[in-house]
Amino acid sequence: MSFLAPVGRVLIRFLVATGRLVVFALTAVSHCLRPPLYGGLIGRQIIQIGYFSLPVVGLTAIFTGMVLALQSYTGFARFNAESAIAGVVVLSMTRELGPVLVGLMVAGRVGAAIAAEVGTMRVTEQIDALTTLSTNPYKYLIAPRLIAGVVTLPILVVVADVIGVFGGYLVSVYSLDFNAANYLKLTWGFLEPFDAISGIAKAAVFGFLVTLMGCYHGFHSRGGARGVGTAATNAVVSASILILASNYIITTAFFAA
Amino acid sequence: MTTPKIELSDLKKSFGQKTVLDGVDLTIGTGESVVIIGSSGAGKSVILKCILGLLSPDTGTISIDCADVTALYGKARERHTAKIGMLFQRAALFDSLKVWENVAFALRGRSGAPRKQARETALSKMAQVGLGPDVAELWPAELSGGMQKRVGLARAIATDPEIIFFDEPTTGLDPIMSDVINDLIVDTVRNLGATALSITHDMASARKIADRIAMLHDGRIIWDGPVAEIDNSGTEFVDQFIHGRAAGPIKMALRR
Repeated sequence: MSFLAPVGRVLIRFLVATGRLVVFALTAVSHCLRPPLYGGLIGRQIIQIGYFSLPVVGLTAIFTGMVLALQSYTGFARFNAESAIAGVVVLSMTRELGPVLVGLMVAGRVGAAIAAEVGTMRVTEQIDALTTLSTNPYKYLIAPRLIAGVVTLPILVVVADVIGVFGGYLVSVYSLDFNAANYLKLTWGFLEPFDAISGIAKAAVFGFLVTLMGCYHGFHSRGGARGVGTAATNAVVSASILILASNYIITTAFFAA
Repeated sequence: MTTPKIELSDLKKSFGQKTVLDGVDLTIGTGESVVIIGSSGAGKSVILKCILGLLSPDTGTISIDCADVTALYGKARERHTAKIGMLFQRAALFDSLKVWENVAFALRGRSGAPRKQARETALSKMAQVGLGPDVAELWPAELSGGMQKRVGLARAIATDPEIIFFDEPTTGLDPIMSDVINDLIVDTVRNLGATALSITHDMASARKIADRIAMLHDGRIIWDGPVAEIDNSGTEFVDQFIHGRAAGPIKMALRR
């Protein structure tokens, strides 16, 4: 039965890691909900996570919208169903591609940056220094980032939705010779408020996951420059996988019932 | 002996299989300056971290002002650790904050002092450690190691703590700067009337700042006495350490 031992070891390690993460998340969330909160730090993180991500998010969204229009045209033209392109673009963007792509881009940009910053503070004893100066690291470092993530990702997704639909519009009108007014009318006709809302709700969850993974891996990094590098990698990889997995779960909850 | 400020009794701490502290007993009187010496990796920092609550000991008790703080956490623990200022080995300044904001950090956080007032206090604390107002607006990364140590010291004494910890205060500094920092430590501790606990393996520094020296070896305090008696400790371990001999009862683990 010795082959069971490694399996058990892996399982136990997984459970320990999960438990540590859950305890970390609960502690962090409890500090987000209890005053005092550092308003200035939250503002700075919103600028960091939200404002500085706008170029990346905008570029991702416009090219995605454009390619969506192009690809669905090649498919739908065979069935004379070109009028469905507007609907495909707007529904794909708001329901799935907007939140998921924004989440993944922000995971790469922000998750890594958070892990590196918090990780460096850990290995240079700055986090210990916070404690000796009567400041709770969860309150000072973690809570502002989590709050900023949950607040800004939905805003970024709204921006991405608009830019993505605009990208589809550009390709449809200027390259595929659609009627501009007709395309916009079709877009509005297909869009239900719930489509946008479900995407925004997803974005809030993804914002939490990205910042949580960045903070968690940074907070527990050890061993100097290499440890910080590992923390940044782990933050991006785990955040990306959690985004894709939770996206499926949330979609099931919203649309499959 | 004066009333004890910090009492450690039978402190034990292991990391995995490795026992670092194996029953440490140490009492530090009010206003006394105690230096713990010992080889690198002997667990000196672990003692400080246990007292600060950054690590929790496996067994044993830690008392501050005769109150057992071992099992305390959260706000109750904070009330006791707020009495402690700490100078970290590599200063551990917040690199996202300017020098004066680093010094004023606890003032702003703990008592919510207004920005202007906190800045003034910070500048006067910096003057105490020989830093002019021109340094205040710099970033920590723009300072040399010795300057960073001074800022760290100013930050540690900003709230007039009753206890100050010094973690290897002279490591990485040239001999002259080491002596400057030693003088500053002696002065600030005397001015504040604070209780000081330092850890170092720099004997020149230990002789200068200590009233009493304790040697940590194999997880225990193996010798503890006034600084004047360190040369006549009668322990081979202490003799070997203070004279820095490779040969002797202390065997360095070259391979783990």
